[in-house]
Amino acid sequence: MDKIKLTIDHKEVSAPKGTTILRAAQSIGIDIPTLCHFELNGLNIHNKPGGCRICVVEVEGRRNLAPACVTECTEGMVVKTNSIRVLNSRRTVLELILSDHPADCLVCAKSGHCELQNLAIRFGVREIPFQGEQSSYKMETSPSIVRDMNKCVMCRRCETMCNDFQTVGALNAIERGFPAVVSTAFNQKLSYSPCTFCGQCVAVCPVGALVEMDHTARIIRAIADEKKTVVVQVAPAVRVALGEEFGMKPGTIVTGKLTAALKALGFNYVFDTDWSADLTIMEEGTELIDRLTRHLKGDKDVKLPLLTSCCPAWVNFFEYHFPELKDIPSTAKSPQQMFGAIAKSYFADKIGIKREDMIVVSVMPCLAKKYECAREEFKVNGNPDVDYSISTRELAALIKQANIDFNSLQDAPFDSPLGESTGAAVIFGTTGGVIEAAVRTAYEVITKKPLPRIDFTELRGLEGVRSATIDVDGLKLNIGIAHGLSNARRLLNDIKEGKSQFHAIEVMACPGGCIDGGGQPLHHGNSEIIKARWEAIYEADRNMPLRKSHENPSIQTIYKEFLGEPCSHKSHELLHTHYFDKAKVIEVKLD
Amino acid sequence: MENNKKQLRIALRNCGFINPENIEDYIAHSGYAALASVLETNDPQATIDVIKKSGLRGRGGGGFPTGLKWEIASKNHADQKYVVCNADEGDPGAFMDRSILEGDPHSILEAMAINGFCIGASKGLIYIRAEYPLAIERLLIAIKQAEEAGLLGRNIFGLGFNFDIELRYGAGAFVCGEETALIHSMEGDRGEPTFKPPFPAQSGYLGKPTNVNNVETFANIPVIILKGWEWFASIGTEKSKGTKVFALAGKIDNVGLIEVPMGITLREVIYEIGGGIKDDRKFKAVQTGGPSGGCLTEKFLDTPIDYDNLIDAGSMMGSGGMIVMDEDDCMVSVAKFYLDFTVEESCGKCSPCRIGNKRLYEILDKITEGKGTMEDLDHLKNLSKVIKDTALCGLGQTSPNPVLSTIENFWGEYVYHVVDKKCPAGQCKALKSYIINPDLCIGCTACARACPVGAIKGEKKMPHEINQANCIKCGACVEKCKFNAISIK
Amino acid sequence: MSVKIHISQKTRTKIEEICESFSNNTGELINVLHKTQDYLGYLPAEAQEVIAQELGISTAKVYGVVSFYSFFTMIPKGRFPISICMGTACYVRGAERILDEFKHLLKLNVGETGADGLFSLASLRCVGACGLAPVVLVGEKVYGRLATDDVRNIVEEYQNVGFTV
Repeated sequence: MDKIKLTIDHKEVSAPKGTTILRAAQSIGIDIPTLCHFELNGLNIHNKPGGCRICVVEVEGRRNLAPACVTECTEGMVVKTNSIRVLNSRRTVLELILSDHPADCLVCAKSGHCELQNLAIRFGVREIPFQGEQSSYKMETSPSIVRDMNKCVMCRRCETMCNDFQTVGALNAIERGFPAVVSTAFNQKLSYSPCTFCGQCVAVCPVGALVEMDHTARIIRAIADEKKTVVVQVAPAVRVALGEEFGMKPGTIVTGKLTAALKALGFNYVFDTDWSADLTIMEEGTELIDRLTRHLKGDKDVKLPLLTSCCPAWVNFFEYHFPELKDIPSTAKSPQQMFGAIAKSYFADKIGIKREDMIVVSVMPCLAKKYECAREEFKVNGNPDVDYSISTRELAALIKQANIDFNSLQDAPFDSPLGESTGAAVIFGTTGGVIEAAVRTAYEVITKKPLPRIDFTELRGLEGVRSATIDVDGLKLNIGIAHGLSNARRLLNDIKEGKSQFHAIEVMACPGGCIDGGGQPLHHGNSEIIKARWEAIYEADRNMPLRKSHENPSIQTIYKEFLGEPCSHKSHELLHTHYFDKAKVIEVKLD
Repeated sequence: MENNKKQLRIALRNCGFINPENIEDYIAHSGYAALASVLETNDPQATIDVIKKSGLRGRGGGGFPTGLKWEIASKNHADQKYVVCNADEGDPGAFMDRSILEGDPHSILEAMAINGFCIGASKGLIYIRAEYPLAIERLLIAIKQAEEAGLLGRNIFGLGFNFDIELRYGAGAFVCGEETALIHSMEGDRGEPTFKPPFPAQSGYLGKPTNVNNVETFANIPVIILKGWEWFASIGTEKSKGTKVFALAGKIDNVGLIEVPMGITLREVIYEIGGGIKDDRKFKAVQTGGPSGGCLTEKFLDTPIDYDNLIDAGSMMGSGGMIVMDEDDCMVSVAKFYLDFTVEESCGKCSPCRIGNKRLYEILDKITEGKGTMEDLDHLKNLSKVIKDTALCGLGQTSPNPVLSTIENFWGEYVYHVVDKKCPAGQCKALKSYIINPDLCIGCTACARACPVGAIKGEKKMPHEINQANCIKCGACVEKCKFNAISIK
Repeated sequence: MSVKIHISQKTRTKIEEICESFSNNTGELINVLHKTQDYLGYLPAEAQEVIAQELGISTAKVYGVVSFYSFFTMIPKGRFPISICMGTACYVRGAERILDEFKHLLKLNVGETGADGLFSLASLRCVGACGLAPVVLVGEKVYGRLATDDVRNIVEEYQNVGFTV
């Protein structure tokens, strides 16, 4: 590759052609501050509007200052990143941004994680010399996301995620000049928009303009209510990320401490969503086998490929954008909802309480789960199967509030019976995991032979769209995998056009799957963190004594005791759902 | 007439002399002869060299050498390239592009075709303001006529060159005068500029190499081809060749479009062509370059006008607005007027322009309201400098020019507003006070009755007095007073 | 559960025709908006929804474009739209005072339309009639070299028309 030589702050640097000044400076330990710039390397996510102008540097021979994030190095370039001119300009630009930003940091959800706040600290800003008009947009809440556009700094990261990565189109820059912000069409509520509540806008927002709907106070109140039995379930991806909130290395698996912390918080029963992930595989896997068998017998009506349905943002996406395909996805509820349905029936009966006296809380890497648990079809007489869903970040906040020293907690096990799980369940936490778990079970059920190998590495990876053909004893099973709804859209368009060759497709909305869900600890654009979580998921799988869902003894028990068999009448009643056409309807009114 | 002697019409050569809706008329005035000669010569580089040697620079504001721009676009290879005519004239007070499009539309079509041949493009697009219905109508007529005459479309002059022209409509965004913003707008997007490189010549409309020139630039092309680069290069100054069209306006006797050779002085333009200051008032400043330009004082009256001199003087050529101001014009208010424009027209993408210009405006407003401090003046200076240094596009980078040039040339006037709380031009309402001269007031009560806020008190037949705290400075009392007893201080 | 948009059949058909005439090409969004505004006089939210659907883009994007350009409006104009030129030449010759007078007489702010739908008030940038500064447009009709006293006459001229028709 062509190398370019340049000088940055009197230091010689050599960088491949096409390198930006920002990256070249980083390579020699010079950390130029940035705000709007955002990249997730390896996941094909780039947001480089060059708009905030915080990263400006002086380039010899250039009339004005250059934005380091988008200016490419040229041969012999002489760059100064800390001249008086640069420092003064950067500071003034920061002061300008702050002059149109609410100063309510004390009560801002992003406080402590805010990139603008960090800049203000780094620059030692003690007063804002500019007074004047401030933006005055109304705060907006939805079941998952809270938007305060007065805090928007026009970095456009959310717009990039919503449009380029997710092709959802809920957000766009609106207005121009001073009132310009990123918002919805007509500045309406997110609920009126095509928003899937994937939360990726929240995951990348550098400030408090987009944050999750916080339910921590309700959780404390629920635990304090002595009349209620509070049951908690924890999603697989939480255990590989929560540690980051307590200073642990990304990718540290903290399952035992997590369980201990939840017990210390006072939850009556600490269960595992992994348990219901195994249950999901039994239901979804059986559905897949059933559709495949019918297909092989020549049934033309059978809907293939089967699409997974665990990701609520993905469900929202096809309901809005591809309602004509709503009969294709698996009818299996997501693990969160299966858990809630079982907890408030089977388990409530077991411990002899009424469903109204039970509160089911889920800890999720996800913000769409907040929306999902509030869906009407997941309620019985108005009582939801899952009462509250909180994010990994919210759980961390609860632990900190409760003076729990997370790092020194003694590992504790999950409670029984909804706490037992297999390695197949934990890989639900990353892209390709659900389908790998399904294949592990389907293979053994179809062939009635033990798997020759458990690790289907061909299904793993972080490329946006992946495909593999699995040989199930002669039956060639074509599998498609997509993460990011833009990638899912490609596969769905193929299905619509009748071009899809897949028997089953797994879709997760977030980059890398749940490991980078909208509710996870903020990675601030460091894709190494996501990779570390990804590796940890497979490590957790390897560490499990059982790695196939159908081998989970308590799953076997519940079928024996309660459900009968997978896809039985009872299962359908409790564990399956149906989808709605949510496309915007343009109705003609009479003249 | 003196007037005509000073003027030289190249870009406006046909305006008013030919029927713009009749192609025959244009052809009779050597129309399409340049295109014919370029196609016959069949040597794009030779034509590019002619334009390069003529010294023609972009008339839209920046003054980038046109021939060089063409050359860059010609050297980028692609299956499709585009020629774009920027007719989104947005400077408040400039309307030369409209006049050319309305008066001589074929000259633009011809020039675009020549440009297309030189860079290897078969498609031309005119990005025109939707607010120019007549220009649009005439362009559409001209395109149709040229197509029928075989001067546009397939196989022009039977020489194997194909070139089509379509219109694209602007929708009211000054920033779309910036090339990259213009291209995004033509693609159906928000007119937000993007970082260059890549330049449009590398990746422009639909990602293809695109050459963007403004209307006046194109209007010069056919003449240069026909009369030769030597002729064109003989007009003007060392680095600025040819003529420039200005929209002369403001406090002068003769307003309107003028076309003058580069190198003419402001004095010649204002006094000889413009007929001097209206009502024999005193000249105070001339604003050139529109919202991106600056206000020049008497000391620049004898400076030859060209791209570089204007920049050195703290202003710029811009698209050619030229507003003359007299002693009744407050320079702080003028700066505020332009900032109001920039704030309104900022796309909002980069923080210095989105927030910085707003703050500049607010500080200027504070000063004209009599609430400014010396510290505010420091902020004005620093903020202007930083915005120039850090804004993303040409709009933001030049938006502080009206502030910087008035601070430079009229510092005293700023200080007067801030320290003495007075507006020397008497334009800032908040800094005016209406005073009744007790010697002239006969106590007729007419003023007190006219005052909408009851700020005037006094006994009948006794001198009245204005309560300054309540006075809203509407001037109603002055109009009613028959004894000239009320003065403005 | 899905959001419903209501629009008349006539309008819907017309917008569909407009989109069709530009081959439903996303890149033609601005042209589509121009034609739609020509037809309806403004761009109501419902029209933007239909355009988004026809061109296969998000409504947020359509609104992002509509709200970016000053030529596009979501407020219906009055029967007599009054536009005051605020170009530099007009400004120097007192356009602001003319605008203030209109605001005062019509009790409207810039960008507003009166409750009776008779007048709407707008300011615009240079109409290219700087020689006539200050300039006001009522519909297509140009009024030049105005003084504040002329404003009342103009308003009355149209008020009378408004009542007699």
